Formats: sequence, structure tokens, C-alpha cells
Amino acid sequence: MGMTYVEKILARATGQSSVKVGDVLEPRVDLAMSHENGALVINQFQEIYQGTGLEAKVWDADKIAIIFDHRVPAESAKTATNQKKVREFVGKQGIKKFHDIRGDEGGICHQILPENGYVLPGMVVVGTDSHTTSHGALGAFSFGIGATEMASVWALGCVLNVEVPATIKVSVKGKFQPFVQAKDLILHLIGRISAQGANFKVLEFHGPAIEKMSTSGRLTICNMAVEAGATSGIVPADAETIRYLHEEAGLKGDIETLRPDADASYDQVIEIDVSQLAPQIACPHTVDNVNTVMDMAGKLINQVVIGSCTNGRLDDIEVAARILKGKKVARNVRMLVFPASARIYRQALKEGYLATLMEAGAVVMNSGCGPCLGVHQGALADGDVALATTNRNFKGRMGNPAAEVYLCSPAVAAASALTGVITDPRKAEGKVVDHA
Amino acid sequence: MPKVVLKLGDNVSTDIIYPGRFMATVLPTETPQYAFADITDFNARIKQKEFQPGSVIVAGRNFGCGSSREQAASCLKGPDFTIIAMDFARIFLQNSINLGLNTIICPGFEAGEGDALIISPAKVTNQSTGKSFEIVPLPKARQSIIDAGGLIPYTRQRLLHDRK
Repeated sequence: MGMTYVEKILARATGQSSVKVGDVLEPRVDLAMSHENGALVINQFQEIYQGTGLEAKVWDADKIAIIFDHRVPAESAKTATNQKKVREFVGKQGIKKFHDIRGDEGGICHQILPENGYVLPGMVVVGTDSHTTSHGALGAFSFGIGATEMASVWALGCVLNVEVPATIKVSVKGKFQPFVQAKDLILHLIGRISAQGANFKVLEFHGPAIEKMSTSGRLTICNMAVEAGATSGIVPADAETIRYLHEEAGLKGDIETLRPDADASYDQVIEIDVSQLAPQIACPHTVDNVNTVMDMAGKLINQVVIGSCTNGRLDDIEVAARILKGKKVARNVRMLVFPASARIYRQALKEGYLATLMEAGAVVMNSGCGPCLGVHQGALADGDVALATTNRNFKGRMGNPAAEVYLCSPAVAAASALTGVITDPRKAEGKVVDHA
Repeated sequence: MPKVVLKLGDNVSTDIIYPGRFMATVLPTETPQYAFADITDFNARIKQKEFQPGSVIVAGRNFGCGSSREQAASCLKGPDFTIIAMDFARIFLQNSINLGLNTIICPGFEAGEGDALIISPAKVTNQSTGKSFEIVPLPKARQSIIDAGGLIPYTRQRLLHDRK
């Protein structure tokens, strides 16, 4: 029996010729990522060593990445003190993959890892963030863990008791219509299989539409795999992955890739044709409450948010700038844009996208996670409706349980910012009503 | 005999259990004050230490979906709640096991607030209705972490063993 992609990675990471679903393994970790919650990981890590007589030293400082992104710059003395604690630990342990609050190399962890070439195909990546599923876009097996589990990884260099997950194969064909994007594909899939549809499983993406998709789009779909409950989303590495790693992440030399076996055994096969796919909207308060933009058109909105680890990359900002160029954000809408990294921010600045967005009325914020999870700026008022390119719409998500969050693509967000109501970007172009 | 003190539905997210705006608070000793912060009456009762250890929260499917924030498990461990759900989201379940929060997978479980329960290793009996429900056992590999008293002591044992 052949192996799925994740089985191949786990066989390699445990030095076995083959593994199968349900096997319990302790795979070695190639990259262990944390953000501000590193402060809690440090606590737990030090507790492991208490009374052992051993020095609390991480297993391999070069395999640990720490990126400040959730509350940057610090919104409170408490956060600043946590960040200081992590900074001191990083210095003491000799961790070099550290991205502090900086305009040259800072940003959101799920963008920093790929754009710096930290993730390679075939790696086992863990992160103390549920959206660590993102890095499956580069052909890694990448999943979220808690802080105590990370402390254990820092000590041992492996993840304990990983059960080989079953895999759902998602085969995607067809050509996206203009202004229909990777985000619409993943929202559609989550709506179809539900928020629990892939619990404890891996979503492995295949097909011509995935082959043609940029790494940016693949990051979007793998990012949100967790919203269907998946342990990870994975796109088996291909020519586009190699191109990204060479041209955008600046890596040199050969990059090894692997493929799932043709006779691999899948839990389920899902086929999607994107040719007829309409822009999708995930309605409050679950990500699987998905409708088409046509069903939701006309819904009044108060705040538009474009950014996050899901949709804050250059192509996302470009499409928003294209739709907003020379026009004005509706007077009753606040539009916030936060690029996924400082590098993307500078690229968008150079291309003129940020000026276009600001001239239209958008507020451009520094890279970070703050508005998406309601911890830092962009909070909603009671009764407010937000339309966001982020990844979650749970009650309370943007800082207020008495508000509503709808999720969509950057094209829908931008088209709707102009009208002040949920708007189909396929219809909005060229005949947008200017409420200003 | 433990009692059901809160009944919830499907897909209770970590944003409900421990809202993101309190995430700068990380220490397990400090997190319980923000447990279910937006279910204000229940949160007030937690803060007043009204609940006996072992009090039961009942939920539907996919309890703990969303974020990996460990505060969502530690804030329930502090007051020593037991969570009975149809099933759990992966990261939350693993965090609970790692921290020693009692999580019970019990599909089909029926109980209302105030019901008294008898919890044995294999089943939960609702004293108030007389009905019993089978528990889905945890995978063996996870049980070993529970038996060690959580992931910290388990990792400590491994570390000392590996260094021998």
C-alpha cells in the first residue's frame, strides 16, 4: 500500500520505511515556531527542568523561530514585559530566527516563515498557533500545538505521541472567474464539509487549479484548513514551490521534494470545479456558515479589514488597490489594511498600492495579528458589522461579542468598502456607487 | 456527586472559553478569572469560587475549536471542571491532556444544568434521568501522559531517561 504525503513525511521523520494511519510516533521536529506566547512556553520549559539538575537549554536553537506579531507594538505594559522576557530568553539560548518589532524584518509569523525560507518541503513544523497549518503550502507537515507541548519540543526535539492522521484528498479543477480567489475555494470547502469535517485529519490539495495557484493562494487555503478542524493542510511541493523558495524566499541550490504515492489510501476524496465558483461569505458566528456573495449582497457593513496571515500578501493588497483606485471608501465604513509582513508593506509602498488605498480612505496599519483576534486595535462597537479577509468569525472575535464578523476574499472586501454593503466584485468593477 | 453547572451547544470556540483580549495573561494561576468572560453570569460564579471541584460543563460537538491558546484549557483546569462533550477539537483536547484537565468524550450524552452524574471509567450515568452513556476511551498514547500527571512530568521523565 502506498503512502499519502503526510505518511511519507512522518516515515522520514521517524526513520522508518513506512507508517500507516493510527500509528503513534515521535517525529523529530525541523522547525518550532512561537510568537508572544513564547512567554508561557518559557515558563513551562523551565518547569520541566525543575529538580532535574539539568541545565534548561533548548535542544537546537537553530530550529526554533520566534516572531512577535500578536500585539505589536505592545499595547500594554503586560505584553511589553512578556516580550522582554522572550527577548532575554532568545539572547541567552542563541536563537537566531527571531523577528522582533521591526520595519525591516518583522511581520506575522505565518508570512515570516515562508518569506525567509525557513520552511522546506518535507519538514515537520510545529507552532504555538493554530494557523501553523499555513506552512503546508510549502509541502511541510505543519500543525498547531499548545505552549506546554512546545516546551516539551524545546526540551526533546520531537513531538510526543503524534498519531498518523488520515488524509482527505481534495482535487480541484477549473479556472477561477475574475475576482474569485483562493479564499473563496477554502470557504466553499469549509462550508461543504463543516467546521468539524476534517477533525484530526489532513487536507491534501491536488489538481490543475492548485498547480496553477501561487504560493500566496496556497498559503491562504492551508491557513484555513484548521477551520475545517484539519490537523494540517498540505499542497505537495511542485515547480511553483521551488520557484517561490528560490525567487521570493531567496534560497539557493537544489530543493528536495516528495510526492504522495499514486496508490496511497485516502479517507475521502473531494472534487471541486472552481469554474462556476462564486465569491463566498462566511457568516457569523461559525466559519462553516458559508453563503455566496449573491445571497449576502446588500448587507450593511461598518468596518472592512484587509490583511492577516490569511490574506495580507502583496497580491491581496494589489487586488484591493485595483478595485479602489481613484474611488472613495463609503463614508459609513472604516477600512483597515494591515500587510502580513514588513517586507510586503514595503513592496506595497513601492508599487504605490498603499498610496492608492490611503487616497481612497483606507487606514494602513503595521503588520500584526491585532485586529483579527481583537487584541490590539480595530475593535468593533456593539452592533457593528465587520467584513474581513481574516480567518475567524467566532463570537467575540474582533473584541466584541455584541458585533458580527463576516469573512471574505480581498476582492469582495474592497468592492464592499466602496459601497458600504456586501458587494459582488464581479459586478462592482467600473460601476461602483460612490457614497462619498 | 458532580453536577452539571453549564450546558453549551456545538462548536464552542476558544474565543468563547477564553476571549482573545485576555491573551496577554498567560499564567495558569491567573487565567480562571477570564474563563467564559462573555458569559458574564457564569464567569461571575467562577470568580466567586461557587463551584465544587469536578463540576461538569456539558457541550456538543467540536468543543474548543479555534485557537491553540493554552489559556482555554488552563482557565478550566484552575476551578477543576470536568468537560463532557460529544467530541473535542484536536489542539484543545491535547492541551487538556497535557495540563490534566478532565475531558470526557461521550457522544449522545444527555443532561441538563443541575443534573447529578456518576462518572466511571467506562460510562457516565445521569442520576437525574437514570440514563447511562458510554465514554470513548482516549488513545493509549495519550493515556500515558495522563498517567504521568501531565506533559511536564512526562517530559521530565523522558529527559532524565534519555540522559542516562
